[in-house]
Amino acid sequence: MLIKKSSDVPSSEITSKSNYLNRRKFITGALATGAAIAGGLYLRNTDSPEHGSVEASGNGGQKLTGIVKSQYSTTEKPTSFKDITNYNNYYEFSTDKYRPAGLSANFKTRPWTVAIDGMVKKPTTLDIDSVLKLAALEERVYRHRCVEGWSMVIPWVGFPLSALIKKADPLPSAKFVAFQTILAPDQMPNQKADVLQWPYVEGLRMDEAMHPLTILAVGLYDEVLPNVDGAPLRLVVPWKYGFKGIKAIVKVSFTDKMPPTTWNIMASSEYGFYSNVNPTVDHPRWSQATERRIGDSLFAAKHPTLMFNGYGDQVASLYSGMDLRKNF
Amino acid sequence: MIKVPDKAVRGLKAPVFLLCLAPLALLVWKAFQQDLGANPVDVITRSTGKWTLVFLLTTLAVTPLRKLLAMPWLVRFRRMLGLFAFFYGCLHLTTYVWLDKFFDVHAMLHDIAKRKFITAGMTGWLLMLPLAITSTTGWIRRLGGKRWQQLHRLIYFSALAGVVHFIWLVKADLRRPLAYGSVLAVLLLYRFFLWGTTRFKSRARAGMPAVSATET
Repeated sequence: MLIKKSSDVPSSEITSKSNYLNRRKFITGALATGAAIAGGLYLRNTDSPEHGSVEASGNGGQKLTGIVKSQYSTTEKPTSFKDITNYNNYYEFSTDKYRPAGLSANFKTRPWTVAIDGMVKKPTTLDIDSVLKLAALEERVYRHRCVEGWSMVIPWVGFPLSALIKKADPLPSAKFVAFQTILAPDQMPNQKADVLQWPYVEGLRMDEAMHPLTILAVGLYDEVLPNVDGAPLRLVVPWKYGFKGIKAIVKVSFTDKMPPTTWNIMASSEYGFYSNVNPTVDHPRWSQATERRIGDSLFAAKHPTLMFNGYGDQVASLYSGMDLRKNF
Repeated sequence: MIKVPDKAVRGLKAPVFLLCLAPLALLVWKAFQQDLGANPVDVITRSTGKWTLVFLLTTLAVTPLRKLLAMPWLVRFRRMLGLFAFFYGCLHLTTYVWLDKFFDVHAMLHDIAKRKFITAGMTGWLLMLPLAITSTTGWIRRLGGKRWQQLHRLIYFSALAGVVHFIWLVKADLRRPLAYGSVLAVLLLYRFFLWGTTRFKSRARAGMPAVSATET
Protein backbone atom coordinates (compact mmCIF):
# COMPACT_ATOMS: atom_id res chain seq x y z
CA MET A 1 0.00 0.00 0.00
CA LEU A 2 2.85 2.32 0.74
CA ILE A 3 4.15 1.99 -2.79
CA LYS A 4 0.75 2.75 -4.23
CA LYS A 5 0.45 5.83 -2.10
CA SER A 6 3.74 7.27 -3.21
CA SER A 7 2.79 6.82 -6.84
CA ASP A 8 -0.40 8.70 -6.11
CA VAL A 9 1.51 11.84 -5.27
CA PRO A 10 0.89 14.24 -8.15
CA SER A 11 4.02 15.09 -10.05
CA SER A 12 3.27 18.77 -9.57
CA GLU A 13 3.82 18.38 -5.85
CA ILE A 14 7.19 16.77 -6.35
CA THR A 15 8.21 19.56 -8.67
CA SER A 16 7.05 22.20 -6.27
CA LYS A 17 9.26 20.89 -3.54
CA SER A 18 12.41 20.83 -5.60
CA ASN A 19 11.64 24.26 -6.90
CA TYR A 20 11.10 25.46 -3.38
CA LEU A 21 14.63 24.38 -2.62
CA ASN A 22 15.84 26.07 -5.78
CA ARG A 23 14.26 29.23 -4.59
CA ARG A 24 16.26 29.13 -1.40
CA LYS A 25 19.44 28.72 -3.31
CA PHE A 26 18.94 31.53 -5.72
CA ILE A 27 21.01 34.06 -3.87
CA THR A 28 24.02 31.81 -4.12
CA GLY A 29 24.34 32.46 -7.80
CA ALA A 30 22.79 33.69 -10.95
CA LEU A 31 22.42 30.31 -12.57
CA ALA A 32 20.55 28.84 -9.65
CA THR A 33 18.19 31.79 -9.85
CA GLY A 34 17.65 31.16 -13.53
CA ALA A 35 16.59 27.63 -12.76
CA ALA A 36 14.28 28.86 -10.02
CA ILE A 37 12.45 31.27 -12.28
CA ALA A 38 11.71 28.53 -14.74
CA GLY A 39 10.58 26.34 -11.88
CA GLY A 40 8.50 29.06 -10.32
CA LEU A 41 6.74 29.75 -13.57
CA TYR A 42 6.09 26.09 -14.04
CA LEU A 43 4.58 26.06 -10.58
CA ARG A 44 2.38 28.99 -11.39
CA ASN A 45 0.84 27.09 -14.21
CA THR A 46 0.45 23.72 -12.61
CA ASP A 47 -1.20 25.30 -9.59
CA SER A 48 -3.03 28.07 -11.41
CA PRO A 49 -6.38 28.95 -9.86
CA GLU A 50 -9.64 27.93 -11.43
CA HIS A 51 -10.84 30.04 -14.29
CA GLY A 52 -13.61 32.44 -13.54
CA SER A 53 -12.09 34.05 -10.47
CA VAL A 54 -13.82 37.40 -10.30
CA GLU A 55 -12.26 40.68 -9.45
CA ALA A 56 -14.01 44.03 -9.51
CA SER A 57 -13.04 46.12 -12.51
CA GLY A 58 -15.28 49.15 -12.91
CA ASN A 59 -19.02 48.95 -13.27
CA GLY A 60 -19.34 46.85 -10.10
CA GLY A 61 -20.47 43.72 -11.91
CA GLN A 62 -24.18 44.41 -12.45
CA LYS A 63 -25.91 41.30 -13.76
CA LEU A 64 -27.59 41.45 -17.14
CA THR A 65 -30.84 39.51 -17.47
CA GLY A 66 -32.75 37.84 -20.27
CA ILE A 67 -29.63 36.78 -22.12
CA VAL A 68 -30.23 34.12 -24.77
CA LYS A 69 -27.66 31.61 -25.99
CA SER A 70 -26.44 31.76 -29.55
CA GLN A 71 -25.64 29.18 -32.20
CA TYR A 72 -22.58 31.28 -33.07
CA SER A 73 -20.85 30.59 -29.76
CA THR A 74 -17.77 28.41 -29.63
CA THR A 75 -17.67 25.58 -27.13
CA GLU A 76 -14.04 26.34 -26.25
CA LYS A 77 -13.31 27.12 -22.64
CA PRO A 78 -13.62 30.86 -21.99
CA THR A 79 -10.62 32.80 -20.71
CA SER A 80 -10.97 33.82 -17.06
CA PHE A 81 -12.84 37.01 -16.23
CA LYS A 82 -9.72 38.19 -14.44
CA ASP A 83 -7.51 37.86 -17.51
CA ILE A 84 -10.07 39.37 -19.88
CA THR A 85 -10.47 42.39 -17.63
CA ASN A 86 -6.82 42.86 -16.70
CA TYR A 87 -4.96 42.33 -19.94
CA ASN A 88 -5.84 44.20 -23.10
CA ASN A 89 -4.96 47.10 -25.32
CA TYR A 90 -6.82 50.30 -24.59
CA TYR A 91 -4.41 52.97 -25.76
CA GLU A 92 -6.66 55.80 -24.58
CA PHE A 93 -5.73 54.80 -21.05
CA SER A 94 -2.25 53.34 -21.47
CA THR A 95 -0.04 51.60 -23.99
CA ASP A 96 0.62 49.01 -21.30
CA LYS A 97 -1.77 46.06 -21.30
CA TYR A 98 -2.09 45.76 -17.53
CA ARG A 99 -2.71 49.39 -16.63
CA PRO A 100 -6.01 50.19 -18.39
CA ALA A 101 -7.90 48.05 -15.86
CA GLY A 102 -7.05 50.43 -13.03
CA LEU A 103 -7.00 53.62 -15.07
CA SER A 104 -10.48 53.02 -16.49
CA ALA A 105 -12.11 52.16 -13.18
CA ASN A 106 -13.79 55.56 -12.81
CA PHE A 107 -14.63 56.08 -16.46
CA LYS A 108 -18.16 57.49 -16.79
CA THR A 109 -20.51 55.49 -19.00
CA ARG A 110 -23.61 57.51 -18.11
CA PRO A 111 -24.95 59.78 -19.45
CA TRP A 112 -23.99 58.38 -22.88
CA THR A 113 -25.35 58.93 -26.34
CA VAL A 114 -24.58 57.46 -29.72
CA ALA A 115 -24.85 59.79 -32.72
CA ILE A 116 -26.06 58.30 -35.98
CA ASP A 117 -25.17 60.41 -39.00
CA GLY A 118 -23.91 60.50 -42.58
CA MET A 119 -25.88 58.71 -45.28
CA VAL A 120 -29.02 57.96 -43.31
CA LYS A 121 -32.61 58.94 -43.90
CA LYS A 122 -32.66 60.86 -40.66
CA PRO A 123 -29.60 61.63 -38.52
CA THR A 124 -30.35 61.09 -34.86
CA THR A 125 -28.83 60.67 -31.46
CA LEU A 126 -29.70 57.61 -29.41
CA ASP A 127 -29.44 57.36 -25.67
CA ILE A 128 -27.37 54.35 -24.59
CA ASP A 129 -30.30 52.87 -22.69
CA SER A 130 -32.41 52.86 -25.83
CA VAL A 131 -29.51 51.30 -27.75
CA LEU A 132 -29.48 48.50 -25.18
CA LYS A 133 -33.13 47.77 -26.01
CA LEU A 134 -32.67 47.54 -29.78
CA ALA A 135 -32.55 43.74 -29.72
CA ALA A 136 -32.53 40.77 -27.37
CA LEU A 137 -29.20 40.35 -25.62
CA GLU A 138 -27.31 37.26 -26.67
CA GLU A 139 -24.31 35.51 -25.26
CA ARG A 140 -21.65 35.17 -27.95
CA VAL A 141 -18.63 33.16 -26.91
CA TYR A 142 -16.07 34.21 -29.51
CA ARG A 143 -12.43 33.62 -30.14
CA HIS A 144 -10.53 36.90 -29.90
CA ARG A 145 -7.25 37.23 -31.78
CA CYS A 146 -5.01 40.19 -31.12
CA VAL A 147 -2.71 41.31 -33.93
CA GLU A 148 0.15 40.97 -31.42
CA GLY A 149 -0.15 37.19 -31.42
CA TRP A 150 -2.18 36.40 -28.32
CA SER A 151 -5.74 35.20 -28.11
CA MET A 152 -8.62 34.65 -25.72
CA VAL A 153 -12.07 33.10 -25.72
CA ILE A 154 -14.52 35.74 -24.59
CA PRO A 155 -18.16 35.27 -23.54
CA TRP A 156 -19.51 38.59 -24.81
CA VAL A 157 -23.06 39.73 -24.28
CA GLY A 158 -24.46 41.87 -27.05
CA PHE A 159 -26.67 42.09 -30.08
CA PRO A 160 -26.08 42.08 -33.83
CA LEU A 161 -24.82 45.37 -35.22
CA SER A 162 -27.41 44.87 -37.96
CA ALA A 163 -30.12 45.77 -35.43
CA LEU A 164 -28.61 49.21 -34.96
CA ILE A 165 -28.10 49.62 -38.71
CA LYS A 166 -31.74 48.80 -39.38
CA LYS A 167 -32.74 51.36 -36.78
CA ALA A 168 -30.39 53.93 -38.38
CA ASP A 169 -31.99 53.27 -41.77
CA PRO A 170 -29.04 54.08 -44.07
CA LEU A 171 -29.48 55.24 -47.65
CA PRO A 172 -28.90 52.61 -50.36
CA SER A 173 -25.81 54.59 -51.40
CA ALA A 174 -24.12 53.93 -48.05
CA LYS A 175 -21.35 51.35 -48.52
CA PHE A 176 -19.39 51.61 -45.29
CA VAL A 177 -20.01 52.13 -41.59
CA ALA A 178 -17.60 54.28 -39.61
CA PHE A 179 -17.27 54.26 -35.81
CA GLN A 180 -15.77 56.74 -33.40
CA THR A 181 -14.63 56.42 -29.79
CA ILE A 182 -15.41 59.14 -27.27
CA LEU A 183 -12.87 61.95 -27.03
CA ALA A 184 -12.53 62.59 -23.29
CA PRO A 185 -8.94 63.52 -22.47
CA ASP A 186 -9.94 64.44 -18.91
CA GLN A 187 -10.93 60.81 -18.38
CA MET A 188 -8.60 59.10 -20.80
CA PRO A 189 -5.08 60.22 -19.88
CA ASN A 190 -3.35 59.03 -23.05
CA GLN A 191 -5.60 61.13 -25.24
CA LYS A 192 -3.48 64.04 -23.98
CA ALA A 193 -0.42 62.35 -25.47
CA ASP A 194 0.53 62.07 -29.10
CA VAL A 195 0.36 58.28 -29.17
CA LEU A 196 -2.29 57.74 -31.82
CA GLN A 197 -4.51 60.15 -33.65
CA TRP A 198 -7.51 60.73 -31.38
CA PRO A 199 -10.35 59.97 -31.31
CA TYR A 200 -9.94 56.33 -32.32
CA VAL A 201 -11.87 55.53 -35.48
CA GLU A 202 -12.72 52.25 -37.16
CA GLY A 203 -14.84 51.06 -40.05
CA LEU A 204 -16.46 48.12 -41.77
CA ARG A 205 -17.80 47.48 -45.21
CA MET A 206 -21.59 47.35 -45.13
CA ASP A 207 -21.78 43.60 -45.75
CA GLU A 208 -19.28 42.99 -42.95
CA ALA A 209 -21.29 45.22 -40.65
CA MET A 210 -24.55 43.45 -41.50
CA HIS A 211 -23.03 39.99 -40.99
CA PRO A 212 -24.75 38.09 -38.15
CA LEU A 213 -21.40 37.42 -36.44
CA THR A 214 -20.74 41.14 -36.05
CA ILE A 215 -22.04 42.39 -32.73
CA LEU A 216 -22.10 45.40 -30.48
CA ALA A 217 -21.07 44.13 -27.06
CA VAL A 218 -22.55 45.56 -23.90
CA GLY A 219 -21.61 42.81 -21.47
CA LEU A 220 -19.16 40.11 -20.51
CA TYR A 221 -19.75 36.96 -18.46
CA ASP A 222 -23.43 37.92 -18.06
CA GLU A 223 -22.47 41.24 -16.48
CA VAL A 224 -22.45 44.82 -17.70
CA LEU A 225 -19.34 45.34 -19.83
CA PRO A 226 -16.40 46.41 -17.63
CA ASN A 227 -14.95 49.81 -18.52
CA VAL A 228 -11.62 48.28 -19.45
CA ASP A 229 -13.24 46.25 -22.23
CA GLY A 230 -14.88 49.24 -23.88
CA ALA A 231 -18.03 50.07 -21.91
CA PRO A 232 -20.68 51.00 -22.49
CA LEU A 233 -20.67 49.90 -26.14
CA ARG A 234 -18.00 48.25 -28.26
CA LEU A 235 -17.72 46.52 -31.58
CA VAL A 236 -16.82 42.83 -31.85
CA VAL A 237 -15.89 41.35 -35.22
CA PRO A 238 -14.53 37.91 -34.34
CA TRP A 239 -12.85 37.11 -37.66
CA LYS A 240 -10.77 40.30 -37.56
CA TYR A 241 -7.85 41.32 -35.37
CA GLY A 242 -8.88 42.74 -32.03
CA PHE A 243 -8.04 46.36 -32.78
CA LYS A 244 -10.98 46.49 -35.22
CA GLY A 245 -13.21 46.14 -32.15
CA ILE A 246 -13.51 49.84 -31.38
CA LYS A 247 -14.44 50.67 -27.80
CA ALA A 248 -16.63 53.27 -26.05
CA ILE A 249 -18.48 54.14 -29.25
CA VAL A 250 -20.16 57.57 -29.45
CA LYS A 251 -20.72 57.87 -33.18
CA VAL A 252 -21.78 55.62 -36.04
CA SER A 253 -21.63 57.17 -39.50
CA PHE A 254 -22.66 55.86 -42.89
CA THR A 255 -20.61 56.68 -45.96
CA ASP A 256 -19.93 55.62 -49.53
CA LYS A 257 -16.14 55.88 -49.12
CA MET A 258 -13.82 53.57 -47.23
CA PRO A 259 -13.45 55.39 -43.91
CA PRO A 260 -10.09 56.07 -42.26
CA THR A 261 -9.11 53.71 -39.45
CA THR A 262 -6.74 54.64 -36.63
CA TRP A 263 -4.06 51.98 -36.92
CA ASN A 264 -4.05 52.29 -40.69
CA ILE A 265 -3.40 56.02 -40.29
CA MET A 266 -0.60 55.19 -37.85
CA ALA A 267 1.15 52.60 -40.06
CA SER A 268 -0.59 51.73 -43.29
CA SER A 269 1.97 49.06 -44.24
CA GLU A 270 1.25 47.18 -41.02
CA TYR A 271 -2.50 47.51 -40.54
CA GLY A 272 -4.93 47.33 -43.42
CA PHE A 273 -8.57 48.34 -43.51
CA TYR A 274 -9.77 44.74 -43.54
CA SER A 275 -7.38 43.26 -40.97
CA ASN A 276 -8.93 39.83 -41.25
CA VAL A 277 -7.16 37.23 -39.16
CA ASN A 278 -4.88 35.52 -41.67
CA PRO A 279 -2.07 33.13 -40.67
CA THR A 280 -0.51 33.37 -44.13
CA VAL A 281 -0.03 37.13 -44.12
CA ASP A 282 2.56 38.09 -41.51
CA HIS A 283 2.64 41.37 -39.74
CA PRO A 284 5.98 42.96 -40.74
CA ARG A 285 7.22 42.60 -37.20
CA TRP A 286 5.85 39.23 -36.16
CA SER A 287 4.47 36.02 -37.55
CA GLN A 288 0.71 35.53 -37.55
CA ALA A 289 0.95 31.76 -38.00
CA THR A 290 0.51 30.95 -34.32
CA GLU A 291 -0.96 32.52 -31.23
CA ARG A 292 -0.52 32.29 -27.49
CA ARG A 293 -3.80 31.49 -25.78
CA ILE A 294 -4.01 33.54 -22.60
CA GLY A 295 -4.43 31.24 -19.60
CA ASP A 296 -2.47 28.38 -21.15
CA SER A 297 0.44 26.89 -19.28
CA LEU A 298 3.65 28.80 -19.77
CA PHE A 299 5.25 25.82 -21.45
CA ALA A 300 2.27 24.90 -23.60
CA ALA A 301 2.77 25.07 -27.34
CA LYS A 302 1.20 27.98 -29.14
CA HIS A 303 -2.00 27.37 -31.09
CA PRO A 304 -2.02 27.50 -34.86
CA THR A 305 -3.93 30.60 -35.99
CA LEU A 306 -6.91 29.79 -38.16
CA MET A 307 -7.91 31.61 -41.34
CA PHE A 308 -10.56 34.20 -40.46
CA ASN A 309 -9.92 33.15 -36.85
CA GLY A 310 -11.83 29.94 -37.54
CA TYR A 311 -14.93 31.73 -38.87
CA GLY A 312 -14.12 31.06 -42.52
CA ASP A 313 -17.23 28.96 -43.13
CA GLN A 314 -19.37 31.96 -42.27
CA VAL A 315 -17.36 34.86 -43.70
CA ALA A 316 -14.99 33.67 -46.45
CA SER A 317 -17.66 34.36 -49.07
CA LEU A 318 -17.55 38.08 -48.20
CA TYR A 319 -14.09 38.22 -49.71
CA SER A 320 -14.37 35.89 -52.69
CA GLY A 321 -12.29 37.10 -55.59
CA MET A 322 -10.27 39.48 -53.42
CA ASP A 323 -6.50 39.21 -53.06
CA LEU A 324 -6.19 39.01 -49.28
CA ARG A 325 -2.44 39.65 -49.44
CA LYS A 326 -3.11 43.04 -50.95
CA ASN A 327 -6.28 43.67 -48.99
CA PHE A 328 -4.78 42.68 -45.65
CA MET B 1 39.32 62.61 -5.37
CA ILE B 2 37.22 60.43 -3.13
CA LYS B 3 39.45 57.70 -1.84
CA VAL B 4 37.92 54.43 -0.85
CA PRO B 5 40.08 51.73 0.70
CA ASP B 6 40.54 48.56 -1.28
CA LYS B 7 38.85 46.60 1.48
CA ALA B 8 35.71 48.72 1.27
CA VAL B 9 35.48 48.25 -2.49
CA ARG B 10 35.75 44.53 -2.02
CA GLY B 11 33.18 44.65 0.73
CA LEU B 12 30.82 46.49 -1.58
CA LYS B 13 31.02 43.86 -4.28
CA ALA B 14 28.73 41.34 -2.63
CA PRO B 15 25.91 43.84 -1.94
CA VAL B 16 26.17 45.23 -5.49
CA PHE B 17 26.07 41.69 -6.85
CA LEU B 18 22.91 40.97 -4.87
CA LEU B 19 21.36 44.26 -5.94
CA CYS B 20 21.98 43.31 -9.57
CA LEU B 21 20.06 40.10 -8.94
CA ALA B 22 17.10 41.99 -7.51
CA PRO B 23 15.20 42.32 -10.82
CA LEU B 24 15.44 38.58 -11.33
CA ALA B 25 14.55 37.88 -7.71
CA LEU B 26 11.47 40.06 -8.14
CA LEU B 27 10.43 38.07 -11.21
CA VAL B 28 10.92 34.81 -9.34
CA TRP B 29 9.00 36.15 -6.37
CA LYS B 30 6.12 37.23 -8.58
CA ALA B 31 6.14 33.86 -10.29
CA PHE B 32 5.75 32.17 -6.91
CA GLN B 33 2.99 34.60 -6.02
CA GLN B 34 1.34 33.82 -9.37
CA ASP B 35 1.53 37.51 -10.00
CA LEU B 36 2.98 37.67 -13.49
CA GLY B 37 -0.34 38.60 -15.05
CA ALA B 38 -2.30 37.19 -17.93
CA ASN B 39 0.69 36.78 -20.23
CA PRO B 40 3.70 35.76 -18.14
CA VAL B 41 5.93 35.16 -21.17
CA ASP B 42 5.37 38.74 -22.23
CA VAL B 43 6.20 40.03 -18.75
CA ILE B 44 9.39 37.96 -18.55
CA THR B 45 10.43 39.03 -22.03
CA ARG B 46 9.93 42.69 -21.30
CA SER B 47 11.51 42.61 -17.88
CA THR B 48 14.66 40.76 -18.96
CA GLY B 49 14.93 42.97 -22.04
CA LYS B 50 14.59 46.13 -20.00
CA TRP B 51 17.25 45.06 -17.51
CA THR B 52 19.65 44.08 -20.28
CA LEU B 53 19.44 47.64 -21.55
CA VAL B 54 19.64 49.14 -18.07
CA PHE B 55 22.80 47.17 -17.31
CA LEU B 56 24.35 48.04 -20.66
CA LEU B 57 23.77 51.72 -19.99
CA THR B 58 24.95 51.43 -16.39
CA THR B 59 28.14 49.77 -17.60
CA LEU B 60 28.66 52.58 -20.08
CA ALA B 61 28.04 55.13 -17.33
CA VAL B 62 30.92 53.87 -15.20
CA THR B 63 33.68 55.69 -17.04
CA PRO B 64 31.94 59.10 -17.22
CA LEU B 65 30.87 58.83 -13.60
CA ARG B 66 34.23 57.86 -12.22
CA LYS B 67 35.85 60.77 -14.03
CA LEU B 68 33.23 63.39 -13.34
CA LEU B 69 32.87 62.34 -9.71
CA ALA B 70 36.56 61.59 -9.30
CA MET B 71 35.76 58.12 -8.04
CA PRO B 72 38.27 55.92 -9.92
CA TRP B 73 37.40 52.85 -7.86
CA LEU B 74 34.04 52.66 -9.65
CA VAL B 75 35.79 50.94 -12.52
CA ARG B 76 36.15 47.88 -10.34
CA PHE B 77 32.41 47.30 -10.68
CA ARG B 78 32.38 47.63 -14.45
CA ARG B 79 33.06 44.00 -15.30
CA MET B 80 30.32 42.82 -12.95
CA LEU B 81 27.81 45.25 -14.43
CA GLY B 82 28.75 44.28 -17.95
CA LEU B 83 28.41 40.60 -17.16
CA PHE B 84 24.99 41.25 -15.66
CA ALA B 85 23.98 42.93 -18.92
CA PHE B 86 25.05 39.75 -20.68
CA PHE B 87 23.28 37.62 -18.06
CA TYR B 88 19.95 39.40 -18.49
CA GLY B 89 20.49 39.37 -22.24
CA CYS B 90 20.87 35.58 -22.06
CA LEU B 91 17.67 35.27 -20.04
CA HIS B 92 15.92 37.49 -22.59
CA LEU B 93 17.20 35.37 -25.47
CA THR B 94 16.31 32.15 -23.64
CA THR B 95 12.76 33.37 -23.14
CA TYR B 96 12.49 33.95 -26.87
CA VAL B 97 14.16 30.68 -27.91
CA TRP B 98 12.29 28.55 -25.42
CA LEU B 99 8.96 30.07 -24.46
CA ASP B 100 8.24 31.96 -27.66
CA LYS B 101 9.72 29.73 -30.36
CA PHE B 102 10.01 26.41 -28.51
CA PHE B 103 13.42 25.76 -30.07
CA ASP B 104 12.00 25.86 -33.58
CA VAL B 105 15.24 26.69 -35.41
CA HIS B 106 13.51 27.23 -38.72
CA ALA B 107 11.05 29.71 -37.26
CA MET B 108 13.87 31.56 -35.50
CA LEU B 109 16.04 31.84 -38.60
CA HIS B 110 13.00 33.08 -40.48
CA ASP B 111 12.41 35.65 -37.75
CA ILE B 112 16.02 36.83 -37.70
CA ALA B 113 16.09 37.24 -41.45
CA LYS B 114 12.69 38.83 -41.85
CA ARG B 115 12.00 40.92 -38.77
CA LYS B 116 14.40 43.74 -38.35
CA PHE B 117 13.77 44.17 -34.63
CA ILE B 118 14.77 40.54 -34.08
CA THR B 119 17.82 41.07 -36.28
CA ALA B 120 18.80 44.06 -34.16
CA GLY B 121 18.23 42.24 -30.90
CA MET B 122 20.23 39.22 -32.01
CA THR B 123 23.04 41.51 -33.16
CA GLY B 124 23.10 43.18 -29.77
CA TRP B 125 23.38 39.85 -28.00
CA LEU B 126 26.04 38.50 -30.36
CA LEU B 127 28.15 41.62 -29.83
CA MET B 128 28.07 41.00 -26.08
CA LEU B 129 29.24 37.42 -26.47
CA PRO B 130 32.96 38.07 -27.18
CA LEU B 131 32.97 40.68 -24.44
CA ALA B 132 31.63 38.21 -21.90
CA ILE B 133 34.13 35.55 -22.99
CA THR B 134 37.11 37.91 -22.81
CA SER B 135 36.01 39.52 -19.56
CA THR B 136 38.49 37.54 -17.46
CA THR B 137 41.83 38.86 -16.25
CA GLY B 138 43.51 36.08 -18.19
CA TRP B 139 42.01 37.30 -21.44
CA ILE B 140 43.01 40.89 -20.74
CA ARG B 141 46.58 39.67 -20.35
CA ARG B 142 46.41 37.46 -23.41
CA LEU B 143 45.03 40.20 -25.65
CA GLY B 144 47.02 43.01 -24.14
CA GLY B 145 45.33 46.04 -22.60
CA LYS B 146 45.09 48.04 -25.77
CA ARG B 147 43.63 45.35 -27.99
CA TRP B 148 41.31 44.24 -25.23
CA GLN B 149 40.05 47.78 -24.90
CA GLN B 150 39.50 48.11 -28.63
CA LEU B 151 37.53 44.87 -28.65
CA HIS B 152 35.41 46.01 -25.75
CA ARG B 153 34.33 49.12 -27.58
CA LEU B 154 31.87 46.71 -29.20
CA ILE B 155 29.66 47.50 -26.23
CA TYR B 156 28.77 50.82 -27.91
CA PHE B 157 27.33 48.95 -30.84
CA SER B 158 25.66 46.38 -28.65
CA ALA B 159 23.85 49.09 -26.68
CA LEU B 160 22.95 50.85 -29.92
CA ALA B 161 21.52 47.60 -31.32
CA GLY B 162 19.55 47.17 -28.09
CA VAL B 163 17.97 50.61 -28.35
CA VAL B 164 17.19 50.12 -32.05
CA HIS B 165 15.67 46.71 -31.19
CA PHE B 166 13.37 48.46 -28.71
CA ILE B 167 12.45 51.29 -31.11
CA TRP B 168 11.59 48.84 -33.88
CA LEU B 169 9.44 46.59 -31.76
CA VAL B 170 6.96 49.10 -30.34
CA LYS B 171 3.76 49.63 -32.28
CA ALA B 172 3.25 53.22 -31.23
CA ASP B 173 4.45 55.52 -28.46
CA LEU B 174 8.22 55.76 -28.82
CA ARG B 175 8.68 57.58 -25.52
CA ARG B 176 10.24 54.68 -23.60
CA PRO B 177 12.70 53.47 -26.24
CA LEU B 178 13.68 57.06 -26.98
CA ALA B 179 14.37 57.68 -23.30
CA TYR B 180 16.88 54.82 -23.36
CA GLY B 181 18.20 56.19 -26.64
CA SER B 182 18.76 59.63 -25.10
CA VAL B 183 20.74 58.22 -22.19
CA LEU B 184 22.86 56.22 -24.63
CA ALA B 185 23.37 59.32 -26.76
CA VAL B 186 24.64 61.28 -23.75
CA LEU B 187 27.02 58.48 -22.78
CA LEU B 188 28.40 58.16 -26.30
CA LEU B 189 28.65 61.90 -26.87
CA TYR B 190 30.68 62.19 -23.67
CA ARG B 191 33.19 59.77 -25.15
CA PHE B 192 33.18 61.52 -28.46
CA PHE B 193 34.03 64.88 -26.88
CA LEU B 194 36.61 63.28 -24.64
CA TRP B 195 38.19 61.67 -27.66
CA GLY B 196 38.14 65.02 -29.47
CA THR B 197 39.72 66.97 -26.65
CA THR B 198 42.37 64.33 -25.95
CA ARG B 199 43.30 64.32 -29.59
CA PHE B 200 43.50 68.08 -29.64
CA LYS B 201 45.56 68.28 -26.45
CA SER B 202 48.01 65.58 -27.41
CA ARG B 203 48.52 67.16 -30.78
CA ALA B 204 49.07 70.57 -29.21
CA ARG B 205 51.45 69.15 -26.64
CA ALA B 206 53.64 67.10 -28.91
CA GLY B 207 53.01 68.63 -32.26
CA MET B 208 52.34 65.10 -33.39
CA PRO B 209 49.53 63.34 -35.21
CA ALA B 210 46.53 62.37 -33.21
CA VAL B 211 46.55 59.59 -30.66
CA SER B 212 43.19 58.10 -30.00
CA ALA B 213 41.77 58.27 -26.50
CA THR B 214 42.67 55.27 -24.49
CA GLU B 215 39.64 55.36 -22.30
CA THR B 216 36.58 53.36 -23.18
